[in-house]
Amino acid sequence: MLNIQLYMAQRLSAMLMAPLVLGHLAVMIYAIQGGLSAEEILTRTRGSAAWFLYYGLFVAAASVHGAVGLRVIVHEMTGLRGWGLWSLTWGFGLILMFLGARAVMAVTGL
Amino acid sequence: MTQTSKTLEVSVWRGDAATGNYETFDVPAHDNQTILDVVSWIQQNSDATLSYRFACRVGMCGSCAMMVNGKPRWTCRTHVKKVLDGNKVTVAPLRNLPVIKDLAVDMDPFFDKWVKAEGRHHPTGTRHDPMPEIKPDDPARAEANKAIECINCSVCYASCDTVAGNPDYLGPAALQRAWTLYNDAKDADKQSILDAVAGTGGCHNCHSQGSCTLYCPNELDPLSAILGLKRASAKSFFKGGR
Repeated sequence: MLNIQLYMAQRLSAMLMAPLVLGHLAVMIYAIQGGLSAEEILTRTRGSAAWFLYYGLFVAAASVHGAVGLRVIVHEMTGLRGWGLWSLTWGFGLILMFLGARAVMAVTGL
Repeated sequence: MTQTSKTLEVSVWRGDAATGNYETFDVPAHDNQTILDVVSWIQQNSDATLSYRFACRVGMCGSCAMMVNGKPRWTCRTHVKKVLDGNKVTVAPLRNLPVIKDLAVDMDPFFDKWVKAEGRHHPTGTRHDPMPEIKPDDPARAEANKAIECINCSVCYASCDTVAGNPDYLGPAALQRAWTLYNDAKDADKQSILDAVAGTGGCHNCHSQGSCTLYCPNELDPLSAILGLKRASAKSFFKGGR
């Protein structure tokens, strides 16, 4: 149930996420080395446009990637198609985007 | 063939699209015997109402494919000894296609998808034009040559889990045909091929599991053909947005 547009959306979002995931893991490991507390981390991320862009892009890519992936799985496992499948794709993508955006705003304060 | 006293226990699917069950037959075992020989023996000696399909018996026509012990095979070239489980063998109609009766399936969805994938020639000239010169070592021709021995047996289509989960998916054989024509210098409408394989049931649904390549009786490689279509359509997408 993928056309070229959905396929490219999923592949390009994956390409975008690959370095972001590695960066996220690297920063996470680096941040806990010196025993940084959550409060200390937040003082560094609050008001940072760079972290907002980094995790904002991450959330957008993950939302697109996850929604398209779930669409394929649900169609092949349940046979859902048409309006129902499109609603699920967009609904799941928007929920991921909303939850992710809330987290990004909470961490960056922007 | 040498007659032996041994017998094979052959379970054969009997039924139609709505209902059915396996029926077991005892068939004399021979030293040299194909699955098609076994099915034919049952039809000629045990139950004349058994329906199945075959034509050439030498692996040319692609008519006799069936599920043998759960795997799709060309039955005329499948030696019984290679697939026997003890003295048992199970023969069923091809997967992913509607059953007409017993071992005969309706091949229409399979061939309809060849048309949907633009698996037809788009001529570059008329019969009055001179024959174009095609160099055998041209890379595109070499790519096209890889799949021209397809016999349309539908073994790859029956083996494909993506077809099983997504009935709109065009399937390996149709997509491989599209890739062959895409690489054919004598085909004049390559964009229509890419448009046909980039739609909802197109090549982008393939999960690259590779059952098609694994089971193809002619040892063709539909998976690589599908990957070729994905690359070509991605390039077209970046160039023209489709």
